[in-house]
Amino acid sequence: MLSIQNLHVSIEGKPILKGISLEVKPGEIHAIMGPNGSGKSTLAAVLAGRDLFEVTEGKIMYMGKNLMDMAPEERAREGIFLGFQYPVEIPGVSMVNFMKTAVNEQRKYRGEESLSASDFLKFMREKKDLVEFDSQLTNRSVNEGFSGGEKKKNEIFQMAMLNPRLSILDETDSGLDIDALRIVARGVNKLRNKENATIVITHYQRLLDYIIPDYVHVLYDGKIVRSSGKELAMELEEKGYDWIRQEYAGNGK
Amino acid sequence: MNTTTQNQETEKLFRESFTKNRDTIERFSAGLMNGRRQEALEHFMQLGIPGKKTESYKYTDMPGLFNPMLHMNLQPNHVHMDVKEIFQCDVPKLDTHMIFLVNGFLPPNSPPLEELEGKALVGSLAEAARRYPELLEKHYDRYTSLNPEGLVSLNTAFAQDGLFLYIPNGTELERPVQVVNMSVWEDNLMIQQRNLFIVGKNSAASLIICDHTLAPWRFLNNAVTEIFLDKQARFDLSRIQNENNSSQHISHTFARQETASTLTSNTITLHGGLVRNNFYALLNGEHAENNTYGLYLSDRHQHIDNFSFIDHAAPHCTSNQLFKGVLDDQATGAFTGRILVRQDAQKTLAYQSNNNILLTDEARMHSKPQLEIYADDVKCSHGATVGQLDPAALFYLRSRGINYREARLMLMYAFAHDIISHIAVPPFRERIDDLVDKRLRGELSRCNACHINCGKLNY
Repeated sequence: MLSIQNLHVSIEGKPILKGISLEVKPGEIHAIMGPNGSGKSTLAAVLAGRDLFEVTEGKIMYMGKNLMDMAPEERAREGIFLGFQYPVEIPGVSMVNFMKTAVNEQRKYRGEESLSASDFLKFMREKKDLVEFDSQLTNRSVNEGFSGGEKKKNEIFQMAMLNPRLSILDETDSGLDIDALRIVARGVNKLRNKENATIVITHYQRLLDYIIPDYVHVLYDGKIVRSSGKELAMELEEKGYDWIRQEYAGNGK
Repeated sequence: MNTTTQNQETEKLFRESFTKNRDTIERFSAGLMNGRRQEALEHFMQLGIPGKKTESYKYTDMPGLFNPMLHMNLQPNHVHMDVKEIFQCDVPKLDTHMIFLVNGFLPPNSPPLEELEGKALVGSLAEAARRYPELLEKHYDRYTSLNPEGLVSLNTAFAQDGLFLYIPNGTELERPVQVVNMSVWEDNLMIQQRNLFIVGKNSAASLIICDHTLAPWRFLNNAVTEIFLDKQARFDLSRIQNENNSSQHISHTFARQETASTLTSNTITLHGGLVRNNFYALLNGEHAENNTYGLYLSDRHQHIDNFSFIDHAAPHCTSNQLFKGVLDDQATGAFTGRILVRQDAQKTLAYQSNNNILLTDEARMHSKPQLEIYADDVKCSHGATVGQLDPAALFYLRSRGINYREARLMLMYAFAHDIISHIAVPPFRERIDDLVDKRLRGELSRCNACHINCGKLNY
C-alpha cells in the first residue's frame, strides 16, 4: 500500500528526515516512536502533503502512484487520512458543512452521488455513535472552543466519516486522559479492517496498550534506527529513549 | 489648473445649477426642505468638496467624482416602467413591507405615504414634510451637525425627496420595512437622496435597504440619512449595497440616540465601483447602545471606504464597531473608526475591530483607529488586522479532500459570516449568506435580482 524509499526531507534547507524506508501493507498497524524532534510529525505531514517541506531525495509510492505528485486533497481522496497532532480551529466553518463538503467531494471523486441532507445527517449520526463522539460538538464550528480531548476525538470521528485506506495518527494520544484515550483507541480499533492500514505516531507506549501494533519503529535523528514487533514498545517504555541516544548518537555522521 | 481652483470650479458649477434650477428643485420637494437650501448651499461653498488633504478623506478621491459634473434629474416621473414588474426581490419567505425608490423618488403610481400598523408611516420624505411640518421641523436636518462637511450640505441644498419612516411611541413593527433604491437612467446620473427615520419611545422596527443599479451607466449617489431614536427605541438597519462597478456611492448616516435606545446597523457591500459610507452616532442618553457592523467584499478595481464615528456623550453607553473585508485583485479599501468619549461619559464600553483579508499582493487596505477619551472610568478597545487566509486552516480542510478553491471559499465565507450573523431578520440573513457565498465564488452579477435586460429600457 505504502512504500517509502530512502526519504530525505528538509525544511528551509535544514535536513529533518535523513533516509527513511518503510513498507506498509493492508491490514497492518505500524507504530512510529521516538524522542521529541526526531522527525515523527514531519513524516506525517509530508505523507499528507503539507508544503512546508522539501523532499530532497527518495520517493513515496502509494497504491502504485507517486505520492509526491499529488495535492493534499488528491491524497485524501485516494484514502490518506492525517489525524492532526494539533487540530486547527476554524471559526465560522460548521462541522456539518465541513464534513458534508469533505464526504461529498470524496464521493464525487469515486463517481458516487452526493448524499442528500437527510442521508448525510443519518450517516453522521451512525459514525458519531460508532466512535462515541459527543453529538453536540457537530453543531459547532470546526474545533472552535473544543477541549484538547474533544479535538482528538473529532479527528477519529472524521476518520470514521471518511473511511480512509491509510490513516496516519500523529500523537493522537497526547494530552488525553485515560478515559479519552480508551475512547480514541476503541474508535481506531472499530475502524480497523483487512483492507486498511494505520500508522500510529506516538511518544509513549501507553496508547499501544489499546491499539496493538504489528510493527514498532523507532525514529531517531531523522532515521528509523530499529524496527521490531510490539515488544519493542515495552522495551522503550522500560528504558526510555536514552539508550537509543547513546547507541546511535554520532552514527549519522 | 491646480486642484484647489479645479474644486472651486466644480463648486461654482453647483451654485450655477442651483440658481438656474431652483424653481424645479423646490416644486418637487417641500417647504421645510426648501427653507434650508440657501443656507446649505452657502455652507457647501465654504466647506467645498473634501480633498485628499482632509484627513478623513485621505484615501478616497472625492473631488474626482464630481469632475466633470454629472447630470441631475430634478423631477421624478422620467422613467416609465412598473418597478414591481421588472424588479422582484428573490428573498424567499421575506415578508416585508416593500417600498421602491427610483433615483431617490417614489414612483408616481405608488402611494406617497402609507400607514402601517400602529399608525406608523412610511413613504416620501417630501410628502411627510408637507403633511406633518411640525413633526419634521423637529428632526429634519437636525442631526447632520455631528459632522459638518461639504457633501452633506450639498445634499441639503439639492435633495428633494427620499424615504421617510416614522414609528410613533410605543409601537413595535412586526414586519420589517424593505426599501429598494434603484438607480436607472439612459445616461450617467447624479442622485442626492435624503432619508429620515424616527423611532419613538419604547418602539421597535427593522428596516432593510437594498441599493441597486438597473442600468450600466455611472451613477453617483450622495445620500444623507438622519435617524432619531427616542428613549428605549430599538432600530435595526440592514443594508445591502449591490450597484454596478462603474457607480459611486457616498452615504452619510447620522444617528442620534436617546436613553437606553439601541441601534444596530449592518452594511454589506458587494458591488459598486467606489463606496464611501460614513456612520455617525451620538449617544446622547445613558445606557444607549450602538452596534455598527460592516462587511465589504471587493475585487478588480473596487474601492470601499468605511468611516465611523461614535460619540459617547452620556455615561453607561455601549458601542461596538466591527468591520470586515475581503479584498481581491487590485481592490483597495479604507477604514477609519473614531470613538470619542466625552468627559462625563463614565462607564463607557466602546469596542472597535477591523479585520481584513487581502487575497493578492496588489490589494491594499488602510485601517485607522482614532480614540479620543476624556473620561477616566471607561473600557475601550480597538484592533485592526490585515492578513491572508490561515495556511494551517487551508491545509486542514484540504487534507480531508476539499479542493483548494473550495477550501479558500469556506474560509472566506467563515470570515464574512461573523458580520452576517448579526443581521436581525432571519430570512434576510440567510439570503445575505447566500449572496455573500455567490459573491465570493464570483457568481454574483450586480443584476442578479433584476429581471430586466439592461440597456433595453423604454424611457
